[in-house]
Amino acid sequence: MAAAVSLRDVHKRFGEVEVLKGVSFEVAPGEVVAIIGRSGSGKSTALRCVNRLETIQSGEIELCGRRVDDPALDLRALRRDVGMVFQSYNLFPHLTVAENITLAPRRVRRTPPAEARRIAEEVLTRVGLSDKIDAYPEQLSGGQQQRVAIARSLAMEPKVMLFDEVTSALDPHLTGEVLKVMETLAKGGMTMLVVTHEMAFARRVADRVIFMHTGKVWETGPGSMLADPQTPELKEFLANGL
Amino acid sequence: MRYQFDFGALLPYWRDFLDGALTTLTMTAFAVVFGLAIGILCAIGRRSASPLLQRLCGFYVELIRNTPYIIQIFFIFFGLSSIGLRLPIFAAAVLTLVVNVGAYTAEIVRAGMDTIHPGQIEAAQALGLSQPQIYWDVILRPALERVYPALTGQFVLMMLASSITSQISAEELTAVANNVQSFSFRAFETYIVVAVLYLALAVLLKLAFYGFGQLIFPRRRRLGTPL
Ligand SMILES: Nc1ncnc2c1ncn2[C@@H]1O[C@H](COP(=O)(O)OP(=O)(O)O)[C@@H](O)[C@H]1O
Ligand SMILES: [Mg+2]
Repeated sequence: MAAAVSLRDVHKRFGEVEVLKGVSFEVAPGEVVAIIGRSGSGKSTALRCVNRLETIQSGEIELCGRRVDDPALDLRALRRDVGMVFQSYNLFPHLTVAENITLAPRRVRRTPPAEARRIAEEVLTRVGLSDKIDAYPEQLSGGQQQRVAIARSLAMEPKVMLFDEVTSALDPHLTGEVLKVMETLAKGGMTMLVVTHEMAFARRVADRVIFMHTGKVWETGPGSMLADPQTPELKEFLANGL
Repeated sequence: MRYQFDFGALLPYWRDFLDGALTTLTMTAFAVVFGLAIGILCAIGRRSASPLLQRLCGFYVELIRNTPYIIQIFFIFFGLSSIGLRLPIFAAAVLTLVVNVGAYTAEIVRAGMDTIHPGQIEAAQALGLSQPQIYWDVILRPALERVYPALTGQFVLMMLASSITSQISAEELTAVANNVQSFSFRAFETYIVVAVLYLALAVLLKLAFYGFGQLIFPRRRRLGTPL
């Protein structure tokens, strides 16, 4: 079966600085892939290239059969296929939870308001927050806001979801509720590319782990590779944490 | 040194005062609508990718904010007529107000748009919203909610400044006052009445803006906190 996401020899520079130095990997449909690595190793950049928040200098990126690096790419079509959740939630503060969730369906897919509301109820149930549908973001805890952000992404029925350190801004006692939602999604067959510092989550939930180091895929393998690192860099990373 | 007040002498002119106040309000309404539109477009222009557009909008804003309003009035009024364009006085007066308040509005709206975190825009992009949709739903709406008090304050100031258009004989409240005092010879009383009328207009405008704000910013209505 064709990969849901594939990167082939991707190079990305910011000005003079090369941040991705020939990154290649694939994510199969339904697969959960965790990306780990030190801060600054290019994890976020790799993720942001996949939904074209960043453009690349060379290499190929494909998502659900669509060439992401094609300058003539239909951006809207690409972004219907791929959702993204950020470290800083990025809920729209002037809109209610329902409005946050229904904004994209109403604007992008022209979903009628009643139908959009029904979708909001459905995705909120999936993240366990149906009682917050009419709250404003500032009335929610960080963990709740992040679950709404996940629900907002789900409302567009993406085929692939990107997660960029979605629990890093949360108090430790709030990370569990977000990770649980992600685990349920993974079990439900969602294709997920997850940048994370939660090693336990990576080991338990991910089908495969990618360790990035200095802009390259340094080591890759099943979750169990975290118990048996091959390279000294991964060994050191696992020993010292971030 | 005792002054005998005689407000009764002004009674025959109550219609003129009313007409003047209504003209001031009408001018203000036009200037708010078109000034806001120009201000928003100009604020967007200053953020655009085109350096030409950026500089053009920047030049307009700085030019207006660094010259006296009365000079702008004469410049536009006599400038237009010397190139053969004859506007009705009312339209010319509204035009000077729009040009003036547009620049101040642009600066306020720009400050509001600058408070929108780039992450907000990225989230909207990731959701597939188009650039115009992002501008409306994710940048402008919260930006306007945030600067609404500053913006409406500016509009009240503009209403008061519209008295200067009496210089080109726009028939607004101040021009009416100038006429009435020359007919009635009761200058002091006339300007007291006019001051009270301006005060009433300002309060009315503030109330209207407050009510309108409650209507278009449901978050503010429900939570009562600034965004
Ligand atoms: N927009 C940008 N402009 C310039 N440099 C950037 C930009 N985004 C990221 N970088 C740099 O690229 C490198 C990789 O960043 P990033 O992908 O965010 O790493 P990670 O997510 O692994 O911490 C860092 O050195 C960072 O400073
Ligand atoms: Mg990062």
